[in-house]
Amino acid sequence: MSRIRAALSVLVLTVAALLVVAPIAWAVSTSLRTPASSFDLPPHWIPTHPVWSNYRDAFEKVPLATFIGNSVVVTGLIVAGQLITSTMSGYAFAMVRFRGQKALFAIILATMMVPLQTTIIPVFLLIRYFGLTDSRLSLVLPAVAGAFGTFLMRQYFLQMPRELGEAARVDGASHWQVFSRIYARMAFAPMATLAVLTYAAYWNEFFRPLIFLQTSSKFTLPLGLVSLRGYFGTGSVSIVLAGVVIALIPSVLIFAAAQRYFVEGIVAGSFR
Amino acid sequence: MSTVTPVRAPHTSGARATPGTSRRRAARREAAFGYAMASLSLIAVFVFTAGPIVASFVLALFKWDVISSPEFVGLRNFRTLAHDQTVTKSLAVTLGLAVAIVALQVGLGLGLALLVAQRRSKIARTIFRTAFFLPLLASAASISIVMSYLFDQHFGVINYYLTMLHLPAVPWLSSTGGATATIVLVAVWQQLGFTFILFVAALGAVPPDILEAARVDGATPTRLFWRIKLPLISPTVLFASVVGLINAMQLFDQPYVMTKGGPGDATYTTVLVVYQTAFQNLQFGYASAISVLLFLILLLITAVQFTVSRKWVFYS
Repeated sequence: MSRIRAALSVLVLTVAALLVVAPIAWAVSTSLRTPASSFDLPPHWIPTHPVWSNYRDAFEKVPLATFIGNSVVVTGLIVAGQLITSTMSGYAFAMVRFRGQKALFAIILATMMVPLQTTIIPVFLLIRYFGLTDSRLSLVLPAVAGAFGTFLMRQYFLQMPRELGEAARVDGASHWQVFSRIYARMAFAPMATLAVLTYAAYWNEFFRPLIFLQTSSKFTLPLGLVSLRGYFGTGSVSIVLAGVVIALIPSVLIFAAAQRYFVEGIVAGSFR
Repeated sequence: MSTVTPVRAPHTSGARATPGTSRRRAARREAAFGYAMASLSLIAVFVFTAGPIVASFVLALFKWDVISSPEFVGLRNFRTLAHDQTVTKSLAVTLGLAVAIVALQVGLGLGLALLVAQRRSKIARTIFRTAFFLPLLASAASISIVMSYLFDQHFGVINYYLTMLHLPAVPWLSSTGGATATIVLVAVWQQLGFTFILFVAALGAVPPDILEAARVDGATPTRLFWRIKLPLISPTVLFASVVGLINAMQLFDQPYVMTKGGPGDATYTTVLVVYQTAFQNLQFGYASAISVLLFLILLLITAVQFTVSRKWVFYS
């Protein structure tokens, strides 16, 4: 009886896993076929004779390299900015005493749940006021600091022993030295968590680029890919799919290297 | 004057400073450091989140196309949108989609997490976990491109397999029911990994001795789930459904790419309406009124979920 149950549970899991992976597998295998056989039915799930021309065309016929460059710059700056600002503010709210701390942190907690989509109009008008419309900076500037990173880093700093800093203070270290030489160096794990979560959110972002950018030479990957589909029609499915697969590669590599931090970040967010 | 006088003055304090003032000076210096460290994030939160929320409420009282100067219209935008079929229909559509997405996401995520937790082999657990997590790594927009090919009525892989099983081909993207189902399936497919990971973590935190004790007392697996595991992970169920609903109520990327809100207005979600009203029709005041309404609805949903949850969520 229990053996049947076990077999059944493995079967259900296997079918579910195959269904979940199938769309991505189809995208990969279709990107490795000639454009003429993109819509072959039954679909060839395993690319026995891979054709790499779509990947070459994605760079030669379509400005994929530009999209990748834009995404790398935008996402890289946001991740770097988030790491600096959130580590500092998270530390301030966890380890430093200042007036109004509780009230300010309450505001941060309250804004953490506010969806981006409901504030997009004033943010767009701000960007326009700063003269940043249709610039990559319009994506970076509002995202280099924020509530979630502060919250996440604070959670981790709260768990660190206060005695270390107090001892260093007695020995004459400044507040900045206590932060930069002691606590910031103990914060590798939460910083890695913040980095991967920030990366995943902005590498894949579509909504803000769609609204803020107009010129295709500034498009980030997801927006660029969607615009290609409209521009080329269905004729070059396989080239667009090659782009989709390329966009996914860095994410998969980062996940493979830092799976632990992804999971930790998602779970940490749930204990608020 | 400080009322607390330390027994021993710190040896670093200057000769003329009394212990009280030097301590106060130290506290002031610490506070200045704290403000400086928190300043960048606080500025960002005020300028790009807190400020815009307030600004949305103000903008909603104006008629403004960004080119000519704004005209104050009071609550007229809200009166208009109460009778605007496009807005009310989109709210109903969005709520329907969101409820379906969240129910499936939570149900399937929990079910799969329970099944994976039973696997003894670590390799099997890792394989399944990676598989369910994979879609989370992709962008919703570019995955929607892939999905619109797979769900194509005539050339799509899905209808090919359905006809092979002697089932009727479904007009996935060109019928009301089909488009709704497609959006739900694609959103659930992508977000499943999120609830799954949350439940795996929550189930892993259930103390094994409680389960063992119940097993010794002869509890069946079904009873074990309903009486022990589910109550213990109920905070995670609440979190997953609150966050899931907030996200799903803002559905945009999938309908934008796959259906453009169609056919008709079958998948015309509220954020699509806001996008079109503001950035294509240039009605910034009216669009703000719609997004304020959406914001208030999200607030209400969250409040209701937390209130109702007092009855069933168990906090140890």
